[in-house]
Amino acid sequence: MAMSQTEPAVAETQAIPESAVSTRNITKFYGETEALRDLSLEFPRGQLTSLLGPSGCGKTTLLKIIAGLLEPTSGEVEVNGKTVTGPGPDRAFVFQDFALLPWASVLRNVAFGLEMRGAGKSEREAKAEHYIKQVGLAGFENAYPHELSGGMRQRVGLARALAVDSQVLLMDEPFSAVDEQTRRKFQEDLLALVLNENKTFIFVTHSIEEAVYVSDQIAILLPRPSRVHEIIRPSINRESGAANIRRDPEYLDIVDEIWASLRSYVE
Amino acid sequence: MTLFGYRLPGMSSLLIWGLLWELVGQAGLTFFVPPLSEVIATLFEVIQTAAFQKALAETAYAFFAGVFFAIVIGIPVGILMGKNRLLDEMLLPWVNVFLSAPLTALVPVLMVLFGFGMKSIIITTTLFAIWIIILNARAGVKQINRSLVEMAHSFGAGPWDAFSKIYFWAALPEILGGVRIGVIRAVKGVIIGQLLISIVGFGALFELYSANFLMSHFWAVLIVLFALAFTISEFLAYLERRVAYYAAKR
Ligand SMILES: Nc1ncnc2c1ncn2[C@@H]1O[C@H](COP(=O)(O)OP(=O)(O)OP(=O)(O)O)[C@@H](O)[C@H]1O
Ligand SMILES: [Mg+2]
Repeated sequence: MAMSQTEPAVAETQAIPESAVSTRNITKFYGETEALRDLSLEFPRGQLTSLLGPSGCGKTTLLKIIAGLLEPTSGEVEVNGKTVTGPGPDRAFVFQDFALLPWASVLRNVAFGLEMRGAGKSEREAKAEHYIKQVGLAGFENAYPHELSGGMRQRVGLARALAVDSQVLLMDEPFSAVDEQTRRKFQEDLLALVLNENKTFIFVTHSIEEAVYVSDQIAILLPRPSRVHEIIRPSINRESGAANIRRDPEYLDIVDEIWASLRSYVE
Repeated sequence: MTLFGYRLPGMSSLLIWGLLWELVGQAGLTFFVPPLSEVIATLFEVIQTAAFQKALAETAYAFFAGVFFAIVIGIPVGILMGKNRLLDEMLLPWVNVFLSAPLTALVPVLMVLFGFGMKSIIITTTLFAIWIIILNARAGVKQINRSLVEMAHSFGAGPWDAFSKIYFWAALPEILGGVRIGVIRAVKGVIIGQLLISIVGFGALFELYSANFLMSHFWAVLIVLFALAFTISEFLAYLERRVAYYAAKR
């Protein structure tokens, strides 16, 4: 009896949840260069999907198409069931090169997204201060970007994207500018964020370990013209604590598996 | 600069030139150069006269009006040229032509078109200042970091937000540099306008003094004019230094 009652529940949690973002048959040409070919991918709501692949395979291109910053040559992107025609308040972007306003303080930079979306000054500064604290930059509200380290700037870009409270966060190699220790700390913070914020994260990375560590789903892209080679859904138990994940045999197996399928393209 | 181990304050070379001027003047080599001390004494006399103050007011009015139009037209045009390829290709040749053209030769045409009054003088002033302001604003926008524009776009910035919150600020160091050079050219423009179009303001004073061989008056007014131009230019250089902190880090 007990068995038959629990079984459907288990089946439900393991089913792939509905998609927040879908890309359908995306092809992208830059002039003669074909960056993406017929790429279709589903991004489940409330989960983190990593895009992993060799340099130049079109990860940034795909992310910018989802953001509505680039138009695909053909194919379409749907966010919450609506076709994307340009940037929208349902998505926020974390840029690979931070894209901070060098003439504005940290506070104003973090509040900039809200400013563009028409929030009043006191409201947006209150929210910005909250997220500045959350990314660990309290006390730097009035500093300018050139006074910050690379990792701190990256956190400003992250806080700016979080502050607009979009359903979908698009992150282009957000941890590439930080040292290994900070990177690990950021990865742990990111896991907490995915758990607490109930947002959909799309995360570009070069690092296999990082992808396996933080992702609910990993899409492995092949070199140009890029298609999805493989989708991996690590079922690592993340509640067991940060340190344990890296010792989880499943974690190690998946890292090896991904390396095996990518190594032929590196050589 | 240091001399015998002493640090000299900035611009102390002016003292040497002043001394030389005084010596040449005292020697009475030419009526054209009266002693500096005499010029300075005349200067204090002249600036109290009604004629001088009227000239100053007229010149200042034409100058500031001319610079105002050069700035409010020049900066947006330069920014739009930097943003828009088509506009750039249409306008750039003209801007370059006018930047290096002998604008003085155009003044008679302006007189025919706009009459012999203040209007023509203001337009002359604007024409002297505007081209370098346009070119610099354009250059400032050209070097803008593309991802700042993308960032603003991704957060839903419309064209006006992008213009006033990204392009303007990103180009500000170049814009200020252009305005500074433009202002110096505008000084030239306003005096040429006053000499050629209608004899008013400082132009009238120069005309009057040189026609009557009042050389110390002539030099006194010239010194005042230099001092004013220098002050404005230094003020703009100060503004440029205020934005220098991010000029190198864009
Ligand atoms: N604006 C552009 N014009 C022409 N080609 C481009 C442009 N942007 C990207 N490409 C080409 O498209 C391909 C994909 O570029 P993209 O930046 O998306 O790669 P990526 O996967 O993000 O690389 P990386 O991991 O190095 O950031 C590259 O081969 C690049 O040469
Ligand atoms: Mg990239």
